[in-house]
Amino acid sequence: MMTLTVLLALTGVLLLGSSRLSISIRLVAIQGFLLGMTALWGESGFHAAGLSSGVSGMLVKGIVLPWLLLFVLKKSGARREIEPFIGFGASMLIGLLLMGLSAWIAWRMHLVEQGLSPALFTVALDLMLVGLFLIITRRKAITQTLGYLVMENGVYALGVGAGTEFSFLLEIGVLLDVFVGVFLMGIMIFRIDREFEHIDTDRFIELRDTASGKLPVEAGEGGR
Amino acid sequence: MNPWLFVWIPGIAGFLAYFISNDALRRTLWLSVAFLHLIGSLFAASPPLTLFSGAWLGFDSLTALFLPITSILFLTASVYGVGALRRDARMPHPDRLPRRSFRFSPEAIFSGCMLLFLASMSGVILSRHFGLQWVVIEATTLASAPLIYYHRSRHSLEAAWKYLMICSVGIALALLGVFCLALAGSGAIETLTIDGMLARAGVLKTAWLKLAFIFILIGYGTKMGLAPLHTWLPDAHSEAPSPVSALLSGALLNCAFLSILRVHQVCLPCGIGDFSRDLLTLFGLVSMGLAGIFILHQPEYKRMLAYSSVEHMGILSLGVGLGAAGAYGSMLHALNHSLVKAMLFMAAGNILWMYRTKTASAILGILRRNPTAGVLWLGGFIAIAGSPPFGTFLSEFIVLRTLLDQSRWLAAAIYTLSLLTAFVGMASIMLRMALGDPNPTETREKLDPLCIAPPLILGFLALGLGVFIPRDLHLTLIQAAQAIGGFMP
Repeated sequence: MMTLTVLLALTGVLLLGSSRLSISIRLVAIQGFLLGMTALWGESGFHAAGLSSGVSGMLVKGIVLPWLLLFVLKKSGARREIEPFIGFGASMLIGLLLMGLSAWIAWRMHLVEQGLSPALFTVALDLMLVGLFLIITRRKAITQTLGYLVMENGVYALGVGAGTEFSFLLEIGVLLDVFVGVFLMGIMIFRIDREFEHIDTDRFIELRDTASGKLPVEAGEGGR
Repeated sequence: MNPWLFVWIPGIAGFLAYFISNDALRRTLWLSVAFLHLIGSLFAASPPLTLFSGAWLGFDSLTALFLPITSILFLTASVYGVGALRRDARMPHPDRLPRRSFRFSPEAIFSGCMLLFLASMSGVILSRHFGLQWVVIEATTLASAPLIYYHRSRHSLEAAWKYLMICSVGIALALLGVFCLALAGSGAIETLTIDGMLARAGVLKTAWLKLAFIFILIGYGTKMGLAPLHTWLPDAHSEAPSPVSALLSGALLNCAFLSILRVHQVCLPCGIGDFSRDLLTLFGLVSMGLAGIFILHQPEYKRMLAYSSVEHMGILSLGVGLGAAGAYGSMLHALNHSLVKAMLFMAAGNILWMYRTKTASAILGILRRNPTAGVLWLGGFIAIAGSPPFGTFLSEFIVLRTLLDQSRWLAAAIYTLSLLTAFVGMASIMLRMALGDPNPTETREKLDPLCIAPPLILGFLALGLGVFIPRDLHLTLIQAAQAIGGFMP
């Protein structure tokens, strides 16, 4: 269990330092797998109740979604580098700080007295923060999608740590939502790539409140 | 009546709609499901109310109010939508790019997503389990994102991306809130139902419950458009096709609001009602103030309507935060705002079709060019500004009176000032558009009757509510207000 938790934390830090999209996607895949294992093992050895959710989670988050994202990456012709607003070294440093912050919060919540695992909570919070950080500081639509997945993984890890027993149907519902969400994001990345000839969301500046005098009729004609 | 029918019938019809290639057949299916949904929800909401407890889906007083609102809006928006599709076929929409080859026709995707959207919204309203509620709320985002992207322009793509990203992240935070809710109980599944939590109100851990309320307020608040979490809303509402904007604003925001109320309902008997009330009041006032500022000098009229929605969501949140009669005012206002805002977005859709621009300054003299569209726009303005005899006046007044009754002078000042700012902002934009001399070169064109009747009906309903509230509705409103810690004024 401890090994799994440490490995999960490691994927978070590595994600912040990875400069290639294909590697980032694979890291998220590994993360999905590790999460499924965490649900399977629980605090004390093999945990039969987590079997269905663990396996379906591994399948969706460890195989299907990463495969989908790699496919999108290949087809969209985006540059393979990540181009962050904040450099990789600084990002990793911030990643360590985020981990420290998560540990501090987990410690403040007095989890041990309530029979909860502080380590898993720390990692869960850390992954959520890393996901948010990726969404904010990386400019490509596909990296934002990855950030969303990492954040979702963090929330899921917290659910495992909290010992929430959703019924199997609900677990499937949650997974289905995440799957369809990422699927739609994938389709949109294709479209963004075709319409804008880039997938950089920081160039999404056409919708704003200032008077641009631009008529909507012109939409779609610029940049051709 | 089995509450699952409200989810399954539109859901299955939605999937079928993708595969029906005959336009007339698909539209018939779409409209008949919308009609059935309205009949069903009116039947389910009429007293005596059968309460289900312990089940995952069920009816209660809040459902009896919000489900019919959604049904009415969906039916009118569907009729309008069919009219809009018909006229778009005659004369393409300005935002629309040429159609590319696709397996499903754009209209099939549109009607399919509309029906799935209805199914997921019904799920949110009927849901009595917090986990299930999360699943269906995220489903509303997924079903409506393709609707926003319907015109396939760059702007709508940008809007849809922001909507999907921001709301998904927000809703992921709400899932964290749901887990905290589970920790407040003991984590077992029965405790995650509203009835289960209310039954164990005495033994819930309030620290976790507070944390849960914060995360759920932030998460679903993003979806509801509470400032400063509203950033996706103006883009999505202005870029979506008008019937979709009407549904997003009138029905979807209410659903998100209802989901926050469900947690508030649990907070009340646990002795942290003041905590959740204060947060709701704060978010309400911030939303009202910020939206008022953004409405002033807003260059685009659909964005202006979107910001007005943020403002009115602020009123709803404030009303519940005040409790007492404010909760009643808030419930009444939810109904009024939905009717009026849907009417306005449909009227805006007619104007967009006539003038081919969303820029307010490019439009003058709608009344002369097309009196019907002009009257709808002006009537909508009077209603949304909260003037008598429309129902909005009554509900906004009840909230103000509650503020004064509780001697919250600062909040009352912010409330009136924001309403006034919004009024001035909307008046300067909307009156200028409606009155004045039109450009003589512009021709008068005929609007499709299917695009006139729905906003007209909604307008009359809003007018009727200002004059007379039927006894059954009054009782439902009181029960709903009592469920969220308020009472009748």
